[in-house]
Amino acid sequence: MTTPTERDVAVVAFAQTAHRRSTDQLSEVELVLPVLQDVLKQTGLTTEQIGFTCSGSSDYLAGRAFSFTMTLDGVGAWPPISESHVEMDGAWALYEAWVKLRTGQADTALVYSYGKSSPGSVRDVLTRQLDPYTLAPLWPDAIALAALQAQTLIDAGQADERALADTAVRSRRAARDNPHAQLRGSADADDLLALPYEVQPLRRHDCPPVSDGAAAVILAVGDAARALHPRPAWIRGIDHRIEAHQPGSRDLTGSPSTRLAAVHAGAFDARVDTAELHAPFTAQELILRRALDLGDAVVVNPSGGALAANPVMAAGLIRIGEAAARIHRGESRRALAHATSGPCLQQNLIAVLEGEK
Amino acid sequence: MKTAAELLADIPGLAGVEPVTRVTIPARLDYTYTPGGAQSRFLTALTGQRLIGERCPECTRVYIPPRGVCPTCGRATTEQIDLPEVGTVTTFCIVNIAAKGLNIEVPYCYAYVLLDGAHVSLHARIGGVPHDQVHVGQRVRVVWNDRSRLQDKPSLAAISHFTPTGDPDADPETYRRWM
Amino acid sequence: MPEVLSAPLIVEFPFTRSTGPVIGAFLTGLRERVVLGIRGSDGRVLCPPAEYDPVDAAELSELVRLPDTGTVTAWAWNPHPRPHQPLATPFAWALVRLDGADTALLHVLDAPPPDPDDPRATRTGLRVRIRWAEERSGAITDIACFEPAAEEPQP
Repeated sequence: MTTPTERDVAVVAFAQTAHRRSTDQLSEVELVLPVLQDVLKQTGLTTEQIGFTCSGSSDYLAGRAFSFTMTLDGVGAWPPISESHVEMDGAWALYEAWVKLRTGQADTALVYSYGKSSPGSVRDVLTRQLDPYTLAPLWPDAIALAALQAQTLIDAGQADERALADTAVRSRRAARDNPHAQLRGSADADDLLALPYEVQPLRRHDCPPVSDGAAAVILAVGDAARALHPRPAWIRGIDHRIEAHQPGSRDLTGSPSTRLAAVHAGAFDARVDTAELHAPFTAQELILRRALDLGDAVVVNPSGGALAANPVMAAGLIRIGEAAARIHRGESRRALAHATSGPCLQQNLIAVLEGEK
Repeated sequence: MKTAAELLADIPGLAGVEPVTRVTIPARLDYTYTPGGAQSRFLTALTGQRLIGERCPECTRVYIPPRGVCPTCGRATTEQIDLPEVGTVTTFCIVNIAAKGLNIEVPYCYAYVLLDGAHVSLHARIGGVPHDQVHVGQRVRVVWNDRSRLQDKPSLAAISHFTPTGDPDADPETYRRWM
Repeated sequence: MPEVLSAPLIVEFPFTRSTGPVIGAFLTGLRERVVLGIRGSDGRVLCPPAEYDPVDAAELSELVRLPDTGTVTAWAWNPHPRPHQPLATPFAWALVRLDGADTALLHVLDAPPPDPDDPRATRTGLRVRIRWAEERSGAITDIACFEPAAEEPQP
């Protein structure tokens, strides 16, 4: 959908932590610093040379308002920098940086995000994002909401518990090749299906791990990108759409916002070989595959996806980073990356990435 | 825009009832806070009555309390520096309201104290002196809380307050850049 | 290597919010044991009500009184209730489309776990009715939960 111009934006560097259940020995900035230094080292850039910095995180994970301001210490923001923050997944911080670059306000951008989920109970913390009058007072946790969505899929005949288990097995076995993933490998589907429900119809394997982790990406435009990486991962299109908030007013078996974002990002203009989907719950991957018309020829979540590591607020940025890294390595020519936000896939972002032809 | 009462006027059984305009919904989330490497080292050292700063390898500034990272350079600050117990008041205020849950007698004096050798001021209460005698440039020394009271639990409560040393005021050149 | 320090951190606040006219009217209804929906621009009835139409953003104002009964459109059986959730014993989360509404309300259902042999057990399509809380103040929890309705199941 976009016409190539000298302001095409590419991912030229990506780094992530080894995601773990808990990082008690590290503060948030101590967790983030290594990935920031990694992407700067990959590109040889210093903070002074970066035109715009944007981060994505949620203070609710820490339970401390404005905790995100302290992770900015890791950037070394002196002399003062042009900087922004979104209280969202870093994929949306990347979107904001992309806008800055496309509109000529900067030529390079540093995007980082992190989620230290371990201090609280993340499935309960996430209830605070819900409508404060009708939903939050009932405390429907993240697994409960995902379970409702999964049941609608089963009721509609579009999935069964085995299909969900197969998704979990496939994702975590793919993660054996991903040294950053938290869950690497999986028992057989039959063994998993013998285990009790967390919230029916979801079992533990249908749910993401609780992870602490961080990720960073560097973006650059045109010739600056070509100077920073031999094979930049060009963002050919990026778009995000949001649906109504009330789960009862949506058809939870589909994802029209994902589809619309994909259309506007040009995802359907040519075939993709790889798709990194931000689906923390197994049923959500099935919904997204259908919304994006992903056939068997597409490699889905070679990284293992959010089922293998789910640092909340970074997992979406990591999908973009993983897709870009595959293009950098020549393992992919054209890839989709997806990120989600809100209950039951309420809001979705699609990025289309390509290597130079 | 209609009011709730106007919206309810046509509903059988609800016309004329006192409408809800506010709702109070308490919420509570329980976390376990872990301060991380640098701050754990700092808090643990306080139980031994040591004030630990950390130095940036690039700009050589010393930060206390340390956070493990230099905010100017974006570098890890791993070098530990034992700081002396004396410093200079760089700003202060007199607080007349006790924050809810804070066990403190008002009015009290709260100040920034630049410990000798540090480049960032520590927050602390000033005690042992009438408030109208506290001033910028005043030399102060730490007064520790009774160790047995704290039971060696790492905490900023190891510090009770700072009190004037009686020395002449610091040369403004020693603290002007760090105010 | 110093020991890893930790301390409990409790964040608690008695959030008080203004409701505005539409949510205020909805909560007033709940206090009086009446469920209200609102008519959208296309004539569909939304429950819970929305202040603005989800499609064309028009300001909505036509409240519709709905009965206490409805149909489960989705469920998720919760064997381990968590803190603050409406019931302390196992229950089903449920989306319930009240009779006369075109959207579903999320709440909890106090019914037996899924069981094909039990007509009153949790399932999509189950007919349910509101169990009102004894003490009501104008909040979504004035609905204590839903329970199976004592009537013929709908197809």
